[in-house]
Amino acid sequence: MNSLGLAKRPQDTRVVVAMSGGVDSSVTAAMLREEGYDVVGITLQLYDHGLAVMKAGACCAGQDIYDARQVADRIGIPHYVLDYEGRFSQDVMDDFADSYLRGETPIPCVRCNQRVKFRDLLNTARELGAEALATGHYVRRLVGAQGAELHRAVDPAKDQSYFLFATTREQLEFLRFPLGGLTKPETRALAERHGLEVASKPDSQDICFVPDGDYAAVVAKLRPGSVEPGEIVHIDGRVLGRHQGVVHYTVGQRKGLGIGGIKGEDEALYVVRLEPGQRRVVVGPRRDLARSVVMVREVNWLGPDRPISAGAEGMDESAGLPVSVKLRSAQPPAAALWHRTGPDSARVELLEPQHGVAPGQACVVYQGDRVLGGGWIAGTAA
Amino acid sequence: MTTLGPERIYLDHNATTPLKPAVRDAMIQAMDLVGNPSSVHAFGRRARRAVEDARAAVAALVGVKPAQVLFTGSGTEANNMALRGFPGRRVLTSAIEHESVLAAVTDADRLPVTPSGALALDALAEALERVEPNRALLSLMVANNETGVLQPVAEAAALARARGALVHADAVQAAGRLPLSLPALGVDLLTLSAHKLGGPAGVGAMILAEGLEPDALVRGGGQEKRKRAGTENLLGIVGFGAAARLARAELPAAATLAPLRDRLEREALAAAPLARVMGADAPRVPNTSCLVLPGLSGETQVMALDLAGVAVSAGSACSSGKVKPSHVLAAMGADAASASSAIRVSLGWTSDDAAVDRFLAAWSALARRSVAA
Repeated sequence: MNSLGLAKRPQDTRVVVAMSGGVDSSVTAAMLREEGYDVVGITLQLYDHGLAVMKAGACCAGQDIYDARQVADRIGIPHYVLDYEGRFSQDVMDDFADSYLRGETPIPCVRCNQRVKFRDLLNTARELGAEALATGHYVRRLVGAQGAELHRAVDPAKDQSYFLFATTREQLEFLRFPLGGLTKPETRALAERHGLEVASKPDSQDICFVPDGDYAAVVAKLRPGSVEPGEIVHIDGRVLGRHQGVVHYTVGQRKGLGIGGIKGEDEALYVVRLEPGQRRVVVGPRRDLARSVVMVREVNWLGPDRPISAGAEGMDESAGLPVSVKLRSAQPPAAALWHRTGPDSARVELLEPQHGVAPGQACVVYQGDRVLGGGWIAGTAA
Repeated sequence: MTTLGPERIYLDHNATTPLKPAVRDAMIQAMDLVGNPSSVHAFGRRARRAVEDARAAVAALVGVKPAQVLFTGSGTEANNMALRGFPGRRVLTSAIEHESVLAAVTDADRLPVTPSGALALDALAEALERVEPNRALLSLMVANNETGVLQPVAEAAALARARGALVHADAVQAAGRLPLSLPALGVDLLTLSAHKLGGPAGVGAMILAEGLEPDALVRGGGQEKRKRAGTENLLGIVGFGAAARLARAELPAAATLAPLRDRLEREALAAAPLARVMGADAPRVPNTSCLVLPGLSGETQVMALDLAGVAVSAGSACSSGKVKPSHVLAAMGADAASASSAIRVSLGWTSDDAAVDRFLAAWSALARRSVAA
């Protein structure tokens, strides 16, 4: 077995590395190349960089593609750029805009992994005769008795398992994540040892096509005329002010509501829910954010097979599977019971109420370090 | 860098063709020339002589007098000069032209082509009727860069000139591959590029009918009869001249690429019965083949062939290397799936049976894998 778990010599094993131009995927390619694999680097052109940053004269390819190409030349591997603008726009950006307009808080990176990198790029890798697709994600793929399993990265600060919950079993069989056992400083040290110019390149923080963090402006550009002003309403019915569009808000948000406090009331106000149909942002005190039940759709399951809970009207007969769940990426896991309610739906019972559970985010299910699966948050109940 | 050893096969001559050894020799000699061709002294006169020798060779390739040849920095520049050099004329062109024509004048009438990939002459006749007499400029390529399909330039020129139109022919992909003559085509302007002929990149030519005066794009000194300012690219021009001289002498050899190309197509289609050749039923330049392999994108084919050591291309690559779907195949009525699953194989003076065999082996393996997947 070689280091990728294939019964072949590295030089006879072709592996495609998805190279973003950042330090992580660059080191992934350099490591595999050093081990002697037949490494092919591919960079996806996902959107027109010049349009995204709205800066005149920005190269159509952008700095990241240039960086990826420099790294590929440096380590001596063939490198290709694939134009995925069309499918990225359709499968990721449109979904992002529509999700915001439904009053949700989407995670386009998951959609991109699910619909672009691990579907179309993975197919291209197969067509090129590759036996694996490697990425620079911080997550571990371990092979258990029933095949490949997804586990949290060794470095908890870098763990990206939340963003990979939608990876299917079939995709996981073909994928490799060589950085899952490293810490970020170790990765940077490797980049320096390989003489990669990207060694000190800062980590990307934002959604790639929203480099300045102004999501609402991107939604307004993708769906002209759809971002409409409305009322900010207290949960008790009082109208507290106006807003410039529900896309500016996310459930659990406290800052930037622009309504100040209420005279004579000290309690801070949070966005409790968004009502895009009425163009209403509903706010209330923190206690109104507490949620004990989360409904989940488009479930992807990577754990051991579980029977679907029988029972009508959400009344599960089974006790549910004890798990921990993450309801947003920067939140520690919370203890819960997982009730599968249909082929791709589930009901999550939180043992302690959680605050700021936003529809459109992912509910990712863990047992220890292992990712059992997850789904999209469709709704909540107190 | 990835090794580009002798085991690699180059079948992308329409992108650029390798420098011919005799051209390189001529250029190496020219590197020792000292003078600026515009200088009065003996050094300058010697450099001037080299430029004029090259001009005569390029003129001979297309049947004109040396004075009708203007050197430019590229075929693209010559196309821009032809299309933008006659303001006030309405530009008519085909939908399958090179980017340097399509982008030079963005409000041109882009005429349709037949499913075989040749300009629809009836559409041209109608379009000419819509322009006042003596106010049109027709620009048409001699051979298409993606399919190799020959355009009915002489017929189109006759129609256009009957209405007083000027006619420009982009002959970049035809020069050196078939006999070419400005008077025989009956056109007013002709574009050439050195690096498609076995010369260096960075030099092209605008061939003009006698007495024709396009506006200059680049202004400054009086070089090239004030039509193209800037000190002459002496090395490039000398290389262009040597390549033109050779191309004329080697036209019979270029014709022998046709049977090689035909064998390539025959065996490729036998290996992949679903595949087809775009423009196969039209007259083509001898070296070009546009192969469609349904179900596998052109860019994937290009990558897989490159990994197997065989260089071909798909569509036209922009500077980032990303490949756009072919506007040429779309104009021929190919559906989006076909237009995106085509590759261009273009042979040249280094191509032989062994190269074609290598291509066929790699491509057949790809076609088999694609069917299996």
